[in-house]
Amino acid sequence: MAEFPPPDIAATQALLEAGGYVADRALATTVHLALAMGRPILLEGEPGTGKTEIAKVLAAQLPRRLVRLQCHDGMDLASAAYEWNHARQLMAIRLAEAAGEADRSALERGLYDRRFLEPRPLLQAIEGSPALLLIDELDRADEPFEAFLLEVLADFQITVPELGTIRAHTPPVVVITSNRTREVHDAIRRRCLYHWVDYPDAARERAILARRAPDVPAALSAQVVAFAQGLRGGDTFFKPPGVAETVDWARALTALNRRELEPDAAEATLGVLLKYQDDIARLRGAELARRVEEAREAAS
Amino acid sequence: MNALAPNLIAFGRVLRRAGLPVGPAEALGAAEALGHVPFSDREAFRAALRATMVHRRDHFEVFDAAFDLFWRNPDLPIRPPDPDEQPPDTFPAATRRASEAMLGASQPRSSAGEPERRQDAALTVSDNELLQSLDFEAMSAEQLSEAKREIRRLVLPLSERPTRRFRSDTTGPRIDLRATLRGSMRLGGEIASIARRRQITRPPPLVLLCDVSGSMARYAQILLHFMHAVANDRARVHSFVFGTRLTNITRALRNRDPEVAFQAVSHILPDWSGGTRIGEALDRFNRLWARRVLGQGAVVLLITDGLDRSGAEGLSEAAERLSHSCRRLIWLNPLLRFAGFQPRAAGIRALLPHVHEHRQVHNLNSLRALVATLSADGRSHRRSA
Repeated sequence: MAEFPPPDIAATQALLEAGGYVADRALATTVHLALAMGRPILLEGEPGTGKTEIAKVLAAQLPRRLVRLQCHDGMDLASAAYEWNHARQLMAIRLAEAAGEADRSALERGLYDRRFLEPRPLLQAIEGSPALLLIDELDRADEPFEAFLLEVLADFQITVPELGTIRAHTPPVVVITSNRTREVHDAIRRRCLYHWVDYPDAARERAILARRAPDVPAALSAQVVAFAQGLRGGDTFFKPPGVAETVDWARALTALNRRELEPDAAEATLGVLLKYQDDIARLRGAELARRVEEAREAAS
Repeated sequence: MNALAPNLIAFGRVLRRAGLPVGPAEALGAAEALGHVPFSDREAFRAALRATMVHRRDHFEVFDAAFDLFWRNPDLPIRPPDPDEQPPDTFPAATRRASEAMLGASQPRSSAGEPERRQDAALTVSDNELLQSLDFEAMSAEQLSEAKREIRRLVLPLSERPTRRFRSDTTGPRIDLRATLRGSMRLGGEIASIARRRQITRPPPLVLLCDVSGSMARYAQILLHFMHAVANDRARVHSFVFGTRLTNITRALRNRDPEVAFQAVSHILPDWSGGTRIGEALDRFNRLWARRVLGQGAVVLLITDGLDRSGAEGLSEAAERLSHSCRRLIWLNPLLRFAGFQPRAAGIRALLPHVHEHRQVHNLNSLRALVATLSADGRSHRRSA
């Protein structure tokens, strides 16, 4: 088991590396600081740059139980923190009646017992410590949920009115990701260590590809990376491919038994790389052939 | 650490003067973080300060520029600002902003250019009626300022969207089991009354995209007032203006005082009354902002006359994408008032098929009508050319 927190930045970087995540120095520093200071990490960046992956790798390597809270619009307490199991509570009342129980306070204590409380991710992360809490795509949740989250992040505790305050024995490691479909509130930002996850450079993307898709031939891998890097520069595409798409594309081409990037296979599998019709249309025909040629030159 | 503390505080002050929201909490966090990284490692040092003192991507450039200027030689004790050390003019804007902040060269913002405001607005009823139907273009300065006051009184009643949250409500349609059980505890487990709850609704986010090019100049002034009024009336309003470029003025408009807000807007606005490239502006919006501000059933108000300098290049595609990514796209057009309005200009023809509604905004009455439309729901009024 790894030392917690890792003693220095290099150890943190090695820890991520061992889990198959190739992190640059700035990201490793931020993760190292978050672990050392016990602060949440807020990761923002384009979709497909590996934000969620960081949390998964960290959880596997530390090791910690990964508790994931996938955010959505209008998320409420019941789906994020806890919920009383009313059916079982009603049953308990019936049973108490049948047994001739008349003591009101005993009944009340019995009814708001911990065993009737259904923990949801936030409570699970606090009770089941040590855990790693991944709050995924916080931008999808709404402002009232962020306000509630502030309390959880500040003290790592949740107050259930009927039961009291539940505290974490060991504060969970918290990773928050956002795709910026909405700006996350400043109050949350200020509690977190912030890191912008950028597209990796070609060398790092090749390293990631080698890690995530080891079956892909080296030549193809280099060409696919060069091709994807070419799509990201400038403003031509509405949604340039993320690292996840590059990995998928390399796997797809390998599955078609390609050893090098060729225009016909590229055209047939373009939907793995680009997810918008306008972007795909922009790449058809001569433009695609030109870019494939460029990528092959850059990679050789 | 001790030698570093005053430097950190000074650096925090520099960042704050450069416009970043950095306070004591950030300086403390940075100090704590520096205890965990080796001083000899400049990149780790930078990353540590950035992770603790900066909270958004947009501030990275200013931070990096300030960092490079400030921590040129971290061994030196804090230096007094050196007035001779003017940055060369070739520096990018972020660097200039950072170095100005460091030299303390912030000048009080001048308040020229705004016409004086009349306070004796004792208009009679008939005057007021006239005002309602008078075209903004034909108004005198006095009528304009009265119109602006009228606009500030408008409230936008956007039809509310249901959320997934509930509040207790005695006539609500759903049973609140938690509250019911809690109530029953008082009666020893007997359920005497059933608590109910109702879904909370709230207005959708609103995005205002306003054309401030030359052909719109007369309207842009008053429409900016309209935008300010809307932005301060409700939560979740994002405001953008465009001419040849797109500018986000949300934060500037959030200031309650319209004069202060417009002052802030004019500081960040590059092209008042220049040409228009609507297609390019919408395309920029789609790329940079749509995914960030158009979530949760947003409504877009696009305010433009549709007269495009670049011959509507790319406009149709950009408008189509925009209309697909919001719940409702409403085009407010000051030219629509002319009875014989024909969609002849290329820009108008490109835009028209993709908007859900095409409304006029040339006088107060039309603004009122707009308010009424916004409360009517649905995308049923899709208009095609």
